[in-house]
Amino acid sequence: MEKMPRWADVVLIPLISLILAAAISAVVILAIGEDPVAAVRLMVDGALGSTYGWGYTLYYATNFMFTGLAVAVAFHARLFNIGGEGQAMLGGLGVALVALYVPWPHWSFALIFAVAGAALFGAVWAAVPAYLQARRGSHIVITTIMFNFIAAAVLNYVLVNLLRPAGSMDPASARFPEAVHLPTLHEMLAPFGIAFSKAAPANVSLLVALLACLLVWLLIWRTRLGYEIRAYGHSETGALYAGISPFKITMIAMIISGALAGMMAINNVMGEAERLVLNATEGAGFIGIAVALMGRSHPFGVFLAAILFGFLYQGGAELALWTSIPRELIVVIQALVILFTGALDNMVRMPLEALFLRLRKRRA
Amino acid sequence: MDFLTVIQVLDSTVRLATPLLLACLAGLFSERAGIFDIGLEGKMLAAAFFSAAVAAVSGSVWLGLLAGIAASMVLSGLHGLASITFRGNQLISGVAINFLAAGLTVLIAQDWFSQGGRTPSLMGGARFAPITLPFADAVAKVPVIGPIYSELLSGHSVLVYIAFLAVPATWWILFRTRFGLRLRAVGENPAAVDTAGVSVVGLRFAAVAICGVLCGIAGAYLATALQAGFVKDMTAGRGFIALAALIFAKWRPWHALYACLLFGFLQAIALRYQNIDLGGIVIPVQAMDALPYILTVVILAGFVGKAIPPRAGGEPYVKER
Repeated sequence: MEKMPRWADVVLIPLISLILAAAISAVVILAIGEDPVAAVRLMVDGALGSTYGWGYTLYYATNFMFTGLAVAVAFHARLFNIGGEGQAMLGGLGVALVALYVPWPHWSFALIFAVAGAALFGAVWAAVPAYLQARRGSHIVITTIMFNFIAAAVLNYVLVNLLRPAGSMDPASARFPEAVHLPTLHEMLAPFGIAFSKAAPANVSLLVALLACLLVWLLIWRTRLGYEIRAYGHSETGALYAGISPFKITMIAMIISGALAGMMAINNVMGEAERLVLNATEGAGFIGIAVALMGRSHPFGVFLAAILFGFLYQGGAELALWTSIPRELIVVIQALVILFTGALDNMVRMPLEALFLRLRKRRA
Repeated sequence: MDFLTVIQVLDSTVRLATPLLLACLAGLFSERAGIFDIGLEGKMLAAAFFSAAVAAVSGSVWLGLLAGIAASMVLSGLHGLASITFRGNQLISGVAINFLAAGLTVLIAQDWFSQGGRTPSLMGGARFAPITLPFADAVAKVPVIGPIYSELLSGHSVLVYIAFLAVPATWWILFRTRFGLRLRAVGENPAAVDTAGVSVVGLRFAAVAICGVLCGIAGAYLATALQAGFVKDMTAGRGFIALAALIFAKWRPWHALYACLLFGFLQAIALRYQNIDLGGIVIPVQAMDALPYILTVVILAGFVGKAIPPRAGGEPYVKER
């Protein structure tokens, strides 16, 4: 028997966790001598008050949708992929190679192959830890952490020694050709007569991210493979008994996860920077953890949580610009969200379960 | 490479291995008791900031050390609360602690000192001064032994000696005391410990607390001895290298020392030389940076001996009713 109704599990617990995280964040803002209400107002205004703000919010949200989905898919197989950061870095390399070395006639072809390149590089970077877990029994969390650092070193080497244009001091690749420029929301909405900020980086990758959300939902809840992934995540012995190969599921779940994380690069590398720079991911791989936890590993939840974190990122940038609150406030909020929705889940869940149990007893 | 250069590289190896060693032993206590801790990095970072901040304000490095340990203990307590009391996911809790430290340190540093997320530079009594071992100056002129004694062994801060003494101490506690036996047992088979009438929760909290103290010393060493003050993200992945060293050492104290010395040596080499030319083959500096992580992956994969973690690691203990 369920201890509490489904809506409480899906909506109430994340909501309470979020409120707790917000309350502590407010205390932090108070403690450094700023007004939390004014801060929230500034954030809402900066992130949602103009198409410029929305453009940035959606740009960040696109990143977080990809990395959030990546973590979520792995979570379904009860694998904790902490390596989204490294996979997204490698995805950037895949995008850069596709964009730099092939003369594309039109951005749409470039985008399709960039998605493939990013997914391939990200998937390979996730497949190695997956193989080591499935065949050699090394803990996937530790290996993916190590692979983040190795990815940073690889990218550093490639940028400094191989991709850096001659004469440039900057550890970054050359600018991508004009032909692979992805249309921004401004360019996409202009034909419809909708004025959207020209400066904001949100671009067509947003649609790819939304499509990815839909496809992940179909995969997890509407296919045989998705069922197997969930079954394996639910009970490894049960899945084994049902003839599901743990090796296969571990590999496939991690490859999909890595591919999704890698695909983030079409947004930040191809859509925004239009060249590969060091630290292009800016921690988005880790935010995916918070997004997936908050979204309860459901694609729609991930979508909402990604928008929320996009809002926090853009709002936080505005706060840093206009007040003395540094951008790191967002890192604190992110930590609190991970803490309450992930690690301290039972702290919220246990009293709620007791409450629902008592309500049911009284009714009976 | 002449003799003096070798001594200098080894000297900086000792300096750079110290924070790794302290954090590694911290992780050893925690993981031997069955609590995975990927929050070593965050605890070190918090300790680095609070030790530097308190030392800068009070002028006393010892008060700074205490503040650093206290900050690290608070995060340890949080980790214990999440992973022992509320039986949450230990890995997720560690991730949260890392971010919490990364964000809060800069936030508070900016609020207190307004120097772009750093503390003022520490001077005089606000830093750990090097200790000159007895007769170091007298024997400095003796060939070979002189430089080894006066350069390599002498002239470190007290925390370096504490870190190296912590290795035999850890070994003794874990393998020669009743507490250590129970602590290891709770990481392998908590149900057996529980049946024997010993508190699993108590032991695990004790282990997490020791972990906090050691991480606190590691962080304080970074900010008040290795460098003079706190800067944003100054741990720079050391917590994860320590974690790598712990796996490399297969959760054993003496091997932890060797692993940390090895990784400290790699850092010292990477710091001193950029690209190393080995007769035509150039090893890029990035390869040196990545080597600890690659070695750990190889060890974990069991290609060079198998690294088997404590059996109950990562699993919250639920008392049967």
